[in-house]
Amino acid sequence: MKPFRKLSARVAPLNRANVDTDQIIPKQFLKRIERTGYGEFLFFDWRRIQDGPNAGDPDPEFVLNHPHHAGAEILLAGKNFGCGSSREHAAWALSDYGFRCVIAPTFADIFHSNAGKNGILLITLQEEHVDLLHKRAASLPGYQLHVSLEDQTVNDDHGFFASFTTDPFRRECLLEGLDDIGLSMRHSAVLDDYEQRHDKDFWLAARPGETANAGGGLQ
Amino acid sequence: MSQPKTLFEKVWESHVVAAHPGEPSLLYIDLHLVHEVTSPQAFDGLRMAGRKVRRPDRCVATVDHNVPTTANRLIIEDAIAARQIDALRANCAEFGVPLYDIESPNQGIVHVIGPELGFTKPGMTIVCGDSHTSTHGAFGALAFGIGTSEVEHVLATQCLQQSRPKTFRITVDGQLPPSVTAKDIALGIIGHIGTDGATGHVIEYAGSAIRSLSMEGRMTLCNMSIEAGARAGMIAPDNTTFAYLKGRRFSPAGAEWEQAVAEWRKLATDPGANFDRELVLHAEELAPFVTWGTNPAMVVPVTERVPDPATSSSEGERRSWQRALEYMALEPGRRIQDVAIDRVFIGSCTNSRIEDLRAAAQVVNGYHVHPKVHAMVVPGSQQVKLQAEKEGLDEVFRAAGFEWRQPGCSMCLGMNPDILSPGERCASTSNRNFEGRQGRGGRTHLVSPEMAAAAAISGHFTDVRKWEFKQFQPAQVGSKN
Repeated sequence: MKPFRKLSARVAPLNRANVDTDQIIPKQFLKRIERTGYGEFLFFDWRRIQDGPNAGDPDPEFVLNHPHHAGAEILLAGKNFGCGSSREHAAWALSDYGFRCVIAPTFADIFHSNAGKNGILLITLQEEHVDLLHKRAASLPGYQLHVSLEDQTVNDDHGFFASFTTDPFRRECLLEGLDDIGLSMRHSAVLDDYEQRHDKDFWLAARPGETANAGGGLQ
Repeated sequence: MSQPKTLFEKVWESHVVAAHPGEPSLLYIDLHLVHEVTSPQAFDGLRMAGRKVRRPDRCVATVDHNVPTTANRLIIEDAIAARQIDALRANCAEFGVPLYDIESPNQGIVHVIGPELGFTKPGMTIVCGDSHTSTHGAFGALAFGIGTSEVEHVLATQCLQQSRPKTFRITVDGQLPPSVTAKDIALGIIGHIGTDGATGHVIEYAGSAIRSLSMEGRMTLCNMSIEAGARAGMIAPDNTTFAYLKGRRFSPAGAEWEQAVAEWRKLATDPGANFDRELVLHAEELAPFVTWGTNPAMVVPVTERVPDPATSSSEGERRSWQRALEYMALEPGRRIQDVAIDRVFIGSCTNSRIEDLRAAAQVVNGYHVHPKVHAMVVPGSQQVKLQAEKEGLDEVFRAAGFEWRQPGCSMCLGMNPDILSPGERCASTSNRNFEGRQGRGGRTHLVSPEMAAAAAISGHFTDVRKWEFKQFQPAQVGSKN
């Protein structure tokens, strides 16, 4: 995972509440078995004109198509961003498109976890601050924010300054680019011990009477 | 006397492998359900790191999301979907994970077959790369959806790093009015607290109206927990739970059965245990609901009208209502019962179980689908389909003009060929009415199976409480397989 420390970048303001993962990446792109290449499908239906003679062309009204926000690496969103389906493809698409940070008043739980595991920093700011940033990003061409995960601060070049908090563990993982499985494996002795005891609780076994590593036929 | 604990606390605490201050807990996972869409990248990750699946005996896989539901489906025409299904087959074979493949008599939607086969048990921790894993909480399990990185993590370690969620008890007391279902409880709650009303929390559903629900109803309710933003939904196991589980393929049997039940009985929340939040609702106040917008909180009773954005509580809400009404092609003040529909979908992990099909068939029996409506029933599993056919339900649906399909997720999310065309309006028993969810430009209204069936016959939404049922004598066959 790519470490995240500091970022100064353009902002794309997507001022809608409850943006669900079906909008971030529609289902037809979930059939792929690769982990990369989802950026071109990000907000697929919103980015394109849906009807009429120009159907399929980029919709100039959509924020990501606006030249002021070209190359944006920070997405400014509304409350409950990432609700709905657990598809990690939403995080892959944001990351592949080039977003490294999303700022919103609140995030949905599963998306929150998926973003962290893909090196995307999610920053929760109070609604008034997010509203103010939306106004600035929409009206100031090429508007930029400066984010520091080390200091846990966000500021712009026009006097905005806010600090934010992140889960200390998640912050450490992002700062160092740590892999979760490797981290959990540190506990393997404790896990072996726990598992040996826990396996005796047959009423919690997936397939009672069958032993560990007994994969294979069920029919 | 030890501190009184909630159902959630008991399950959580018995599964903590390691807990260090400042870190998420390492939580042991008893059952990992796997399907074709969210797993290929996880297996790839294992291969690249040279890791194996730690406990194949705690994994079960099936194909559900993108399988066709038409009769002849062994050859899948969508090459990308076929490649994804082939990848699951190859991965299961390579890593020793048991798979219920497309031709298996036990294939079905992962959240239908888990309980049906007795994999799902009270007190378990259960995960799946699918947000509707919350379904299994109906059994008193802690069950939640995860992303693909977490799928890989569970495959490799049988554990998950998790921060402890907060607890939220929703009590529904009283007796549900006739034709008001678990789906209506779910929509009523989401309408009340919003799509982010339970973010960061695990809901425990309690109260007399919940206790009186069947396991199918409890699964419908817990299934929709994620639509309120909850991490999971749970219901304490009781005699209804044990009666459902007894004799299932992977339930404990013999002397172990009684001991298992004794253990499961200990899980119920202790009197006096504290919750971070509480909400009390009264069953008598609930009605059959219909969603009018583009998230499940945009919902009203069937007897009401499409709301006016001018009456919304904030500027942000007004804008989102306005946008939803534009997308749904509805105007404020329109009577819900005057909204005509083009399609009906009875299915999905929310409402495709035998009881759902029985309830819909009762409404349909003796009637014919409206000439302007195309209606389909997609049973949740091969076993549900078989049972329904034994009871003659398929004949009731077919005679009325419904299509009777093979099991899968189907039009709930439209990853297979079952999708709405742009502008089509659908009465759907599924769980999400997001823009484009059932097909680009499609307009989804979430309802119960009874309400969907009544809409199919009438051609528009109608109050199923006033339905004229015709004599129906289903074959008397038990619901177990």
